[in-house]
Amino acid sequence: MTTLFTNARLIDPEAGTETPGAVLVRNGRIAAVEKNAASPEQLLAAHGVKPEEAAIQDCGGKCLAPGIVDIGVKVCEPGERHKESYKSAGLAAAAGGVTTIVTRPDTAPAIDSPETLEFVTRRAQADTPVNVLPMAALTKGREGREMTEIGFLMDAGAVAFSDCDHVVANTKVFQRALTYARSCGALVIAHPQEPVLSKGAAATSGKFAALYGLPAVSPMAERMGLDRDIALLEMTGARYHADQITTARALPALERAKANGLDITAGTSIHHLTLNELDVAGYRSFFKVKPPLRSEDDRLAVVEAVRSGLIDIISSMHTPQDEESKRLPFEEAAAGAVALETLLPAALRLYHAELLDLPALFRAMSLNPAKRLGLEGGRLEAGAPADLVLFDADVPFVLDRFKLRSKSQNTPYDGQRMQGRVEATFVAGEPVYRRD
Amino acid sequence: MSFEHRHLLGIEPLKPHEITAILDLADDYVALNRRPEKHSDVLAGLTQINMFFENSTRTQASFELAGKRLGADVMNMAMQASSIKKGETLIDTAMTLNAMHPDLLVVRHPHSGAVDLLAQKVNCAVLNAGDGKHEHPTQALLDALTIRRSKGRLHRLNIAICGDIAHSRVARSNLILLGKMENRIRLIGPPTLVPGQFAEFGAEIYDDMREGLKDVDVVMMLRLQKERMDGGFIPSEREYYHRYGLDADKLAQAKPDAIVMHPGPMNRGVEIDGTLADDINRSVIQEQVEMGVAVRMAAMDLLARNLRAERQAKAG
Repeated sequence: MTTLFTNARLIDPEAGTETPGAVLVRNGRIAAVEKNAASPEQLLAAHGVKPEEAAIQDCGGKCLAPGIVDIGVKVCEPGERHKESYKSAGLAAAAGGVTTIVTRPDTAPAIDSPETLEFVTRRAQADTPVNVLPMAALTKGREGREMTEIGFLMDAGAVAFSDCDHVVANTKVFQRALTYARSCGALVIAHPQEPVLSKGAAATSGKFAALYGLPAVSPMAERMGLDRDIALLEMTGARYHADQITTARALPALERAKANGLDITAGTSIHHLTLNELDVAGYRSFFKVKPPLRSEDDRLAVVEAVRSGLIDIISSMHTPQDEESKRLPFEEAAAGAVALETLLPAALRLYHAELLDLPALFRAMSLNPAKRLGLEGGRLEAGAPADLVLFDADVPFVLDRFKLRSKSQNTPYDGQRMQGRVEATFVAGEPVYRRD
Repeated sequence: MSFEHRHLLGIEPLKPHEITAILDLADDYVALNRRPEKHSDVLAGLTQINMFFENSTRTQASFELAGKRLGADVMNMAMQASSIKKGETLIDTAMTLNAMHPDLLVVRHPHSGAVDLLAQKVNCAVLNAGDGKHEHPTQALLDALTIRRSKGRLHRLNIAICGDIAHSRVARSNLILLGKMENRIRLIGPPTLVPGQFAEFGAEIYDDMREGLKDVDVVMMLRLQKERMDGGFIPSEREYYHRYGLDADKLAQAKPDAIVMHPGPMNRGVEIDGTLADDINRSVIQEQVEMGVAVRMAAMDLLARNLRAERQAKAG
């Protein structure tokens, strides 16, 4: 099977370039990337392909980029399939240009044993058109007391270990888990946060939280959590990824840790890059995420850190919640937002605001997450899997949450103007989504 | 009438002239309440439901009395004892209520924003009787009326709000109201109970009470909300009383005619000296209770007028 993508605007995150060109895909992999504007016939001839053997995909001058690798997607199987199943998550991912979802283990029960992981893998293979890579819990039941069977779980396919938003508060337990994980070569993904300070918080402390009378946490709690984790990395030498860095105060510590050669990377969520604490106005619980939305200063500092590469990865932190969990007083409402389908349009806000260019966005959404997990994807180069997203970066639309493919529709962008939309998504060269 | 709101959810959405409108009408109701025959029929035929998801004696009684004096059919629902214990959500409760066709709904809830949420789902006028640490608008209005009647004006006054600001919806509503009416506000208390963010609302913050009380016209004391604290804000009640309890000695820093206020219920000997609280020359605490009924009558009257106008417009 051979497909030639012609007339495309190629977004190459590794080279940092945006050029017109074509991509030849053969047997599920990228066979060639052609940045010169040669004709389709010449290109095929140059690669020894007869014109009748190849399908031509005319990209119409739209953007072609490596598919998004989204670390930290919650699919609510097992336990809460009514919120999101592998099938619905897969459709949402495909429609959002996400070609690989890296799933979270914060299900009920947690994915903390090889048996549960195998169940999840079977469900994912049967129902999902995109690549699914599971993470497993770092401690049993995500309770922060005993480490999981990290070795067996890796054998069963776990690509990383995380207790998600549960901080392993017991430093001794965390130290041992990091030490053991290092011996297995496992990547540990942690939620940097001082757990006692942030307990019960629904907002970031500041004028807004004070006015709204919401229980709040200082942004400093994130830095304190990160500082502890960095000290443990110095002790253990483990491979570590901070799931979400969302405050300016945490950035210097991250920068020092990287400069000191620790094996550390950091992510942030699309919501923290595009929204701030004031968006919660009127106690809108769809804007309740964890950690809570930050000040505008923090948001801009985090955007700049993504631009400079200090923050490596942008994730959707896709967290489906049903209406019942959200239609509660703000303090009691569940945290989290669905984002698989809105990740790219929301990220394009940063592009249209001239804060990040397209290669930088795809470096953070595709290349870096693939690199961190040791995957071949995330690149626009010969030999890489042909996981691709074709999108129009400019077309405006108003988001209607009831049109989302997720089983849950808790998006903060409902009714908002967005600019940029996925036209088609390809996994191993095959279309898994085309806009009607 | 220049009061165009469907609900009274907080002071924040009100404009200064709307605050004045409520207070002016409340003055009339103070006069009514002082007559031997204290009854009006402005709410006749309307149903008022008081829903308290949190314990209250004084506020609930005040709203009940206000409704009854205006001729409404008043019902009290003690919610912490009933359906929420059975797992009913706030939205379900709202749906149930809608079926009872109330006209005025008075709600107190332990969570900030819960009354706003309820107001979005019901077909009647909602009055916030206190939501979490957010707002308690009728308390701020009754405090404003008390000050206006005692000082003859509600602007260009130096007003000290003292004590547990952090856990107080009364403090938030007062801070907003008194700010809108162009007064100078000082917040006095230990830094654990007076978060620095409040400086951004234009208030001056003092942790020395004597310094803070210097030359103020009004001293508003707040109750130490022990039930809202998760421990460790102050070392002990006796140290708190020593540093932040209002007594004659500290009050001497204020203007000679300064008034002393407290939203009640008081912790005598914790935030205020008992003798001082009872001193009729300084303390207006009893007046505050009286003004409370009048302000609530005025607020319900205004909301009922808007409700009737809205229904007439729909019917016509």
